[in-house]
Amino acid sequence: MGNHAIAAGAIRAGVGVVTGYPGTPSSEILETVVKRNPGDIYAEWSVNEKVALEVAAGAAYAGVRSMVTMKQVGLNVASDPLMSLAYIGVKGGMVVVVADDPGPISSQTEQDTRTFAGYAKLPVFDPVSPGEAFEMIQDAFELSERLGTPVLFRPTTRVCHGYAPIEVGERTREPGAGVFEKGSRWVIFPRLSYANHKAIEERLPVLAEELSSYRFNAVEEVRGGALEHDPARAVTRGIATGGVSYAYAREALSMLGADCRILKVGTPHPFPVDLAERFLRGLDEVLVLEELDPVIERELLMVAAERRIPVTVLGKRSGHTERAGESTVESVAAATAALLGVDAPVVPTCSSAPQPPARPPVLCAGCPHRASFHAVKRAMRGTKAVFSGDIGCYTLGNAAPLEMVDTCLCMGAGVTIAQGLERAEPDATHFAFIGDSTFFHTGIPGVVNAVYNGTDIVLVVLDNSTTAMTGHQTHPGLGRTAQGEVAERIAIAPVLEALGVSHVETCDPLRLEEAEAAVKRAVEAGGVSAVIFESPCIAVTAPGPMHAIDQDLCTDCQVCIQRLGCPAIMRAGGVVSIDTSLCYGCSICAQVCPTGAIGVAR
Amino acid sequence: MSGPGEGVGMNDSPAAVLDRAVHDLIFCGVGGQGIVLASKIVAATALAAGCPVKTAETIGMAQRGGSVTSHVRIGRAAHAPLVPLGSASAIIAFEPAEAVRCLPYLAPGRGAVVVSRRAVPPVTAALTRSEYDGSEMLGYLRECGERVIVVDGDVVCATCGSPKVLNTALLGAAAEAGVLGFSTDEIEATIRRTLPERFVEMNVQALALGAGYTRGDSE
Repeated sequence: MGNHAIAAGAIRAGVGVVTGYPGTPSSEILETVVKRNPGDIYAEWSVNEKVALEVAAGAAYAGVRSMVTMKQVGLNVASDPLMSLAYIGVKGGMVVVVADDPGPISSQTEQDTRTFAGYAKLPVFDPVSPGEAFEMIQDAFELSERLGTPVLFRPTTRVCHGYAPIEVGERTREPGAGVFEKGSRWVIFPRLSYANHKAIEERLPVLAEELSSYRFNAVEEVRGGALEHDPARAVTRGIATGGVSYAYAREALSMLGADCRILKVGTPHPFPVDLAERFLRGLDEVLVLEELDPVIERELLMVAAERRIPVTVLGKRSGHTERAGESTVESVAAATAALLGVDAPVVPTCSSAPQPPARPPVLCAGCPHRASFHAVKRAMRGTKAVFSGDIGCYTLGNAAPLEMVDTCLCMGAGVTIAQGLERAEPDATHFAFIGDSTFFHTGIPGVVNAVYNGTDIVLVVLDNSTTAMTGHQTHPGLGRTAQGEVAERIAIAPVLEALGVSHVETCDPLRLEEAEAAVKRAVEAGGVSAVIFESPCIAVTAPGPMHAIDQDLCTDCQVCIQRLGCPAIMRAGGVVSIDTSLCYGCSICAQVCPTGAIGVAR
Repeated sequence: MSGPGEGVGMNDSPAAVLDRAVHDLIFCGVGGQGIVLASKIVAATALAAGCPVKTAETIGMAQRGGSVTSHVRIGRAAHAPLVPLGSASAIIAFEPAEAVRCLPYLAPGRGAVVVSRRAVPPVTAALTRSEYDGSEMLGYLRECGERVIVVDGDVVCATCGSPKVLNTALLGAAAEAGVLGFSTDEIEATIRRTLPERFVEMNVQALALGAGYTRGDSE
């Protein structure tokens, strides 16, 4: 997996401290560092990305190579320290790995970290494949340490979660201990910021020139669909691309058997301007293939304008490629064929095929969140209530039949959006659902805000004892670190009590009646009140007894289906039944069945 | 490596085939069915045979009971991480509707669809009181003009005593049909090499039963 390759490359380059917060598609990088740790690397799941970046920066201040991992939206959380760190710099090489998610497949936004790199004035690496990611991350450490600046490293989902074989080889450097050398360079003051800003602006064009000969930036010639080193035939059309789009472009040219010049951009910022000029000279038309922002496209337009190269640049701005979403072989082949004036490959169509049923993601059978949402829904039946949600598996509580997530914005926002809604609409009850890991990530300041400003909300903590959505990483509430060591467990209830939450109650959501009563008590308590629903994720606990439906008692009322939407309960041939391969024995269907037809299977 | 990859001549050396041909496979189904493991077994078999391989799969939110597709590309000439439409030698489908959804990936007339008979109804079907049992999907697959092998996963799982062996049964059927790029023996070797010992025998048995569906001697 690309993420394994990034971890292996970082270990080979002598990384000593690795921090991060889980987020698809980045999570396996830090997990792999833990798995492959030769024993002298410190790795932690930090509480959020800002914290992770600062911990890694501290290590790099002392000269230790450090890496921090996150997904693209995590960079928004970490942007405060990153923007300043760009001015302050580092001593040990520091690589900030930010995984982008074109599509998006599992994210709130399609933001482009290459654009962020330009804004933060930092170098960024954009690998094509797992193999290139392995090599490039080592280059990123070298560059970072040589220039004394943090460096961004931006793989996308298909690189992170693509598998390809690589040779790892021996470490080229050991991590070792660091020494923090005191001095004014570590304290950011306006005068220092001015001086450093100037130095960065002076350094970037020099670096851009240097990167024109970087091994993963290249001008390539393709003839008859394959690479050719010294082609006899000249071309007037070219493709500029980078990241995984380069792989799509090569595939398309191979399918078309076409002639074309390619500019492959491995460092979109600072842009390898001289190399780009060499690419553009002699071409009439250039198609830019890249996912998300038109980064390469804008840079090429500037190079063409500054260096007076008469060339037409086609891409997102000209409407030749899509501005949003992920590329496919087909979309790239069609755009390439249009550029070259040839027919696009024929794509098979199955026009007579029946429409397969829609299959949106759902909460797993046995998921305790289903019980929590159902309990709150029952408790608030007939009253005016708004349910703010947050980021995690429980966002899926938005779907029918639960329909218990009215808002979802970003990590930690449920607690605070609920406060704004309460100020605007005080006659409704405002709930905020938040998961355990999200609570530690950015939930706590929101609770402090509600207590301090006296904003009445009902906080519902969905504590399933894991960071489920991203693959079960540890967090401060578990008493275990990323490296598997025992840690002080930070229990959520005492935190809430210490913050001044008026009413804190913990209960098991799988006991529906008790859970419903707990919600009612929290609502009646007023002020900032909280219910903590404690029940582990099915992936981290043993199943309960399998349930079955007694067909003699079942009246086919379908209350179980219509209230819970559990994937294990199905209806075929007029009969409602439970799929034993999916049932996890949570028993809530038995608790909602009005005829007592559901019970433990015999 | 065998199979109907584009441009493969009968007399080409294996190395020449690898340089020119790409053998594409699509694994599809519903999150939690063991799709990723099946693609990993094939990828491990390819690596053991010295073939370069790329795979790409769905991870994250979509895994929770949603449609999951894993792309496997074998051969040096594969550039993109995703399989182009119309180029897969086999669609290995853990569910009939997912087979239909992924059918455009199949190389027309040059591959096979290996599909598990059992339908997995989405929650949305039960909620809207519309019954989905997969029969319409299987009916369409049987008439679409492509080679289709239907595996009765329930029978295989019951025989082998585990609900988790559907993936190896489908691999067995595809290998026997000659569209996987590897033989059942090669897949069996990977199973023995990579799976924990307590799962090996049940998976080897499922592999053989799956192959029987292709030969027509499993029912």
